[in-house]
Amino acid sequence: MSHAAATTHYTSMGLDSRKMGFWAFIGSECLLFGSLISTYLVYQGRSVAGPTPSQILNIPVTSISTFDLLMSSLWMVLALAAVQRGDMKWAKIWLLGVAIGGSIFLGFQVYEFSSFVREGLTMQANLFGCTFFILTGTHGAHVTVGVLWMLTLWVRAMQGKLGPEHAMTVEIAGLYWHFVDVVWIVIFTLVYLLHK
Amino acid sequence: MSEATGLKSWLTTTDHKRIGKLYFWTAFVMFLIGGFEAELIRIQLAKPENTFVTADTYNQLFTMHGTTMVFMALMPLAAAFFNYIVPLQIGARDVAFPRLNAFSYWVFLLGTVFMNASWLLPNHPAPDGGWFGYATLTERQFNPGPNIDFWLLGLQILGVASLAAGFNFIVTILNLRAPGMKMMRLPVFSWMTLVTSFLMITAFPVITVALVFLMFDRVFGTHFYLPSAGGDPVLWQHLFWLFGHPEVYILILPAMGVVSEVLPTFARKPLFGYTVVVYSGVLIGFMGWGVWSHHMFSVGLGPIADSVFALTTMLIAIPTGVKIFNWLATLWGGQLRLTTAMCFALGFIALFTIGGLSGVTHASPPADLQQTDTYYVVAHFHYVLFGGTMMGLFAGMYYWWPKMTGRLLSEPLGYVHFWLMFIGMNLTFFPMHFTGLLGMPRRVYTYSHDLGVDGMNMVSTIGAILLGIGMIVFVYNMWRTRTKGAVAGPNPWGGATLEWSIPSPPPVHNFDVIPTVTSRLPLWDSPPAPKAPPGHVHVPGGSWWPMVAAAGLPIMALAPLTRTLWIVFVGGAVLIYGIYRWAYEPFEV
Repeated sequence: MSHAAATTHYTSMGLDSRKMGFWAFIGSECLLFGSLISTYLVYQGRSVAGPTPSQILNIPVTSISTFDLLMSSLWMVLALAAVQRGDMKWAKIWLLGVAIGGSIFLGFQVYEFSSFVREGLTMQANLFGCTFFILTGTHGAHVTVGVLWMLTLWVRAMQGKLGPEHAMTVEIAGLYWHFVDVVWIVIFTLVYLLHK
Repeated sequence: MSEATGLKSWLTTTDHKRIGKLYFWTAFVMFLIGGFEAELIRIQLAKPENTFVTADTYNQLFTMHGTTMVFMALMPLAAAFFNYIVPLQIGARDVAFPRLNAFSYWVFLLGTVFMNASWLLPNHPAPDGGWFGYATLTERQFNPGPNIDFWLLGLQILGVASLAAGFNFIVTILNLRAPGMKMMRLPVFSWMTLVTSFLMITAFPVITVALVFLMFDRVFGTHFYLPSAGGDPVLWQHLFWLFGHPEVYILILPAMGVVSEVLPTFARKPLFGYTVVVYSGVLIGFMGWGVWSHHMFSVGLGPIADSVFALTTMLIAIPTGVKIFNWLATLWGGQLRLTTAMCFALGFIALFTIGGLSGVTHASPPADLQQTDTYYVVAHFHYVLFGGTMMGLFAGMYYWWPKMTGRLLSEPLGYVHFWLMFIGMNLTFFPMHFTGLLGMPRRVYTYSHDLGVDGMNMVSTIGAILLGIGMIVFVYNMWRTRTKGAVAGPNPWGGATLEWSIPSPPPVHNFDVIPTVTSRLPLWDSPPAPKAPPGHVHVPGGSWWPMVAAAGLPIMALAPLTRTLWIVFVGGAVLIYGIYRWAYEPFEV
C-alpha cells in the first residue's frame, strides 16, 4: 500500500474522492428531481379530465409509508454508527432493517399505484396521471436501487467482508439513502399535503 | 516501465491518456461525418429549387449535422483534451476514477453508434426533428417512425457519458492537484474544464427529464407535450433550453481554456489578468443558467419575461468581452510567434468576437423576431461554434499534438489548413447574415430564385468546399506526421505548465516524481526539478467491466425502440452485472 499512498490517500481538499464525487452526484440528482417536481407543479390543476388529486390521494395511507421511510433513515444512521465502531452484529441488523424499511415503502407504492389504476388514474388518463406517476415512479426507482445497495452491503457483512475499514462505503450508501428520503419529504409535502 | 500493447490493452484501458486518444479519434471521425452531412446540405442549397436530396433526407441531414456536431464531435473533442491534458496540468497520475472514465468513453461510443445506426437501416430512418427536437413535431402522431426514437434514446445514452465525465473531472481537479497547486495556480484550461464539468452535471439531468417525457409520450401514450390533453409544447422548449443554453457554454468554455494556454505560450507572456479570466469563466457558468428564454422570444412569453431575458443575455456578454480584452492585452508587447496553433487562437478571437456581437443583436427581442428561424441565426452560431469552439480546438490540436504523439504536425501544412479554414469559414457563414436578413428561412430544403439570394448561397457552398479541402489537408498532415513529423521533445513550444515538464508522449505513470508547485507558471518561474530516479510507481491494471456495464445501456434502449419490454431486463441485467463485477474486482488506484 505504501507506494500508492500519495495517490490513494492524499487529496488536495482533504475529503475522500468518492465522497466528493457522490456529493456532486447528489447535486446533479437535485436538478433531475427539480425538473420533475417543477413539471408537476406547472401542470397542477391543468388536467382536462379526472380523476383529480383530491378525489384519489389517500393521505393517511401514504403518511404511514412516509413514516416508515423516515424511520429507515434513522436505521441507516444507526447502521453507519455500528460499522464505524466495529459492531458488526448491529450493523447487520440495521442494514437489513433499512432494506426492509425501503421494501415496505415500495410495497405501499405498488399498492397505491395499482389501486389508482383500478380507480381510473393511469399515466394516460390526464396530466395529473402523467406527472404523478413519472415523479413518484422515478423516486420509487431510486428507492429500489437503494434497497439493492443495502442488501448488497448486508450480504457483504454476513460474509464477513464488511468491517470498520469500509465505513466510507457505508457512509456513501447512507448519503444516498438520506437524499432519497429528503426528496420524498418534498414530494409528500407538495403532491400530497398541498394538493389542489 | 513498459506499456502493454494490443487490442485487449485498449479495450480494458483505464489510462487517462489512452482514453483521451480514444475520445479524440472517435470524435474526430464524427466531426468528419458531421462535416460530410454539412457538405451535402450546402450542395443542395448551391442553387435554387435544387433536387440533389429530397426534403425528407434534408431534414435528416440538418438534424444529424447539428446533433452530431454538438454531442458527438465538439463536446467529446473537448473531452479528449480534458482526459489527456488535465491530469498532466495538475500534476496527477490519472483521474480520480479511472474506471468511471473508461465507462464514460464506452457509453459515448455506444450512444454514438446507436444513433447513427439509423442511417444504415432500410429507408434510413435517421432523426429528422432538428437538434432541438421541438414538440409537437417529435410526437408519435406527427412522426410515427423510429427516427425520433433513435434521437431521444441516443441522447439519453450520451447524457450518461457526460454526467459520468463531469463527476470525474470535478473530483479530479479539486482533489488530485499536486502539492502547492492552489486553485489560483491552476492552468486556465483546467479551470475551464472544472466549470464545464459543473455545467454538465447540472444541465444534463434537465434534458434527460425532457427526453424521458418525450419517450413516455411516444411509447406509453402520455400527454406531456400534447395540447389536446392540456399538455404544453412550450414545456419542452423551457426544459430543452434550460439545458441548451448551459450547453452552449459547455461547448465554448473549453475552447476559451485552450486559447488561454496557447496565447501566453506564443506571446511569451503570462496571461493578462489571470484572476479576472478565471472569474469571468465562473461567472459565465453561473449566468449561463439565466438566459435560456432568449431562444424563445418568438413564443410570446410576455413583455416582462422578454425584458428580463434580454437584459440577462446582454449582461452575459460582459464577462465574455472581458476575456477577449484580456487575451488582446496578453498579446500586447509579447514576443509573438505565429505558429499554426497561434494562428488558430488568433482566428478564434476574431471570429468568436463576430459571433458574440451578432449574439448580442439577438438579445433584443424586437430584433430577434426578425432574425429568428432565418440564416442570420445560422451565421451567428457557426461563428461561435465553428469560428469559436472549433478554431480553439484546432489550436489545441496543433499545440498538444506533440505532447500526445511525440511528433510535431507540419507547420507549412498547418498554415494551409488554417487559411483554408479561416477563408472557407468566412465565405460560408458571412453571407448567411445577409441571406437571413433578406428572409431566407432555416431548415427548409430549398429556396426560390425570386428571393434574390442565389449568388450568396453559391458563395456559401464554395466556402464549404474550401472547408472540406482544409480538412483533407489536416488529415494528410496527421497521417504524414506519424513517420515524418519532427520529434518534439518534452517542451517544443517553451510552455509554462506542468504537461511540458515530462517526456512526449508521457510515460504511463506521467510523473516519475509528483512535482511540487510554487507558482502559476512553474516551468518559467522555477528551474526544472532535478532528475530523480523513478521509484516503483503503481499503475492500475485494466478492467473489462466499465465496457460491459456501458453495453447495458444501448441494449436497454432497444426496448423502447422496438416497443419490446423484456429487452429492458436483459440490458438492465448486463448493466447490473457489469457494475457488481466492477465494484468487487480488485483494483487499486
